Amino acid sequence: MDKYINLFIDSLWPLFKAGLLFAVPLTLISFALGLALALLTALVRLSNIKPLVWMARFYVWVIRGTPLLVQLFIIFYGLPSLGITIGAFPAAIIGFSLSVGAYNSEVIRAAIQSIPQGQWEAADSLGMTRAQILRRIILPQAARVSVPPLSNSFISLVKDTSLAATITVTEMFQRAQQIAASTYEHMLIYCEVALVYLFFSTILSAAQVRVEKYFERYVVR
Amino acid sequence: MIEIRNVQKSFGSLSVLKDISLQVKKGEAVVIIGPSGSGKTTLLRCLNLLEQPTNGSIRIGDAKLHFHEGQSIKRQFLMELRLHTGMVFQSHHLFPHMTAQQNVMEGLVTVQRRTKAEARTTALKLLHKVGLSDKADSYPYQLSGGQQQRVGIARALAMGPDVLLFDEPTSALDPEIVGEVLKVMAELKQEGMTMVVVTHEMQFARSISDRVVFMDQGVVVEEGKPEQIFDHPEQERTKQFLNRLNWL
Ligand SMILES: Nc1ncnc2c1ncn2[C@@H]1O[C@H](COP(=O)(O)OP(=O)(O)O)[C@@H](O)[C@H]1O
Ligand SMILES: [Mg+2]
Repeated sequence: MDKYINLFIDSLWPLFKAGLLFAVPLTLISFALGLALALLTALVRLSNIKPLVWMARFYVWVIRGTPLLVQLFIIFYGLPSLGITIGAFPAAIIGFSLSVGAYNSEVIRAAIQSIPQGQWEAADSLGMTRAQILRRIILPQAARVSVPPLSNSFISLVKDTSLAATITVTEMFQRAQQIAASTYEHMLIYCEVALVYLFFSTILSAAQVRVEKYFERYVVR
Repeated sequence: MIEIRNVQKSFGSLSVLKDISLQVKKGEAVVIIGPSGSGKTTLLRCLNLLEQPTNGSIRIGDAKLHFHEGQSIKRQFLMELRLHTGMVFQSHHLFPHMTAQQNVMEGLVTVQRRTKAEARTTALKLLHKVGLSDKADSYPYQLSGGQQQRVGIARALAMGPDVLLFDEPTSALDPEIVGEVLKVMAELKQEGMTMVVVTHEMQFARSISDRVVFMDQGVVVEEGKPEQIFDHPEQERTKQFLNRLNWL
């Protein structure tokens, strides 16, 4: 029994550290870039500029219709044969950002469209420009609507970062595989890494609740 | 102040305004009445340029625009004319994520580029004017329908328009709170504000207006002093309309 407890304790810090060094930054950076991409894609799709709309639809169609794992392999193992070599970590960031961008562009587009026409008209009648109306009137309201679905996507991303192991990023899951391989304690180590993921996603969910509260300050509770 | 000439508006093949001409003098309150679907809202929206007329011309103060079918006008020119008008909507359309005060400040800060402090002072003054000094920090959902509508009036007033346009400002309100909104409008009229008001409140229309315009099916059927329209309408359609409201 002591042996298991010692192994558990000994591997806890390496796993935790891998989480802090890879899962957390991968999640935060990819989510930030992904959201910017999602917003851009949503605005393009609402813009009525035909070629841009088609490009945006094509992007969303491809990313949503293919496995994230395959996308990561194409970026990391495939692109070098075209002469484009990208490091494992940046490749993971690109893959995750593209994925977050595609899924959430639909969320943001729906949120923008859910804001009543009257809001546009009221702002319009004050003489605001379209950019001002978007930034000051529509997006703050759309943000409130999209926080719950965006949060789900955020939590999923925390867990999806484990896929980066497959393109040689020594993130948490990769570390777990290494430890399991050398100790043969698969059950213990994989349960342990599950616990560490649970820890990180719980912390991040708590942050989500605070963000939701902030955006709901002007709604009847 | 306002001169509308031969304004026509169609949505596709549906002709909603058919050759409307109308003048409003400075300080005048003109009330537009007419059955639902007659084009009253569309006319106000054309004055505010939320809709572009298909044909005709509109002059407000020193800004003037001509409209021709199939020819769109630069946003910048629309804006110029629009800034002479303030719009109060039937269902207020307040910004729900902003307090009453922030709603009134919004146009001052983003469009007129005033400082926050300046805008705040103006907003408080206007909220006081509509009797809502104590609600400056309330969000729209914390206000009654009548209070929301009064914030809407303050928001429109903030931009310093030459004319205020009201589209049935009380028709979404409970009868017992209609009065507080009408009172604010009557005060504005007293102060010499130029107003174009679409309303179904005939009593109010009669007491506030200098002129009444009766519209039906996209045309001005009859216009005149309130006593004339309400007591001695000349056109058959006007009589029928007022009869249905048990006014004659
Ligand atoms: N955006 C629009 N598209 C198509 N038809 C419209 C639009 N806005 C108004 N209409 C039509 O124009 C007519 C006049 O509407 P409206 O101006 O709202 O009348 P009122 O305010 O007098 O009730 C109605 O038949 C209405 O269906
Ligand atoms: Mg109407």
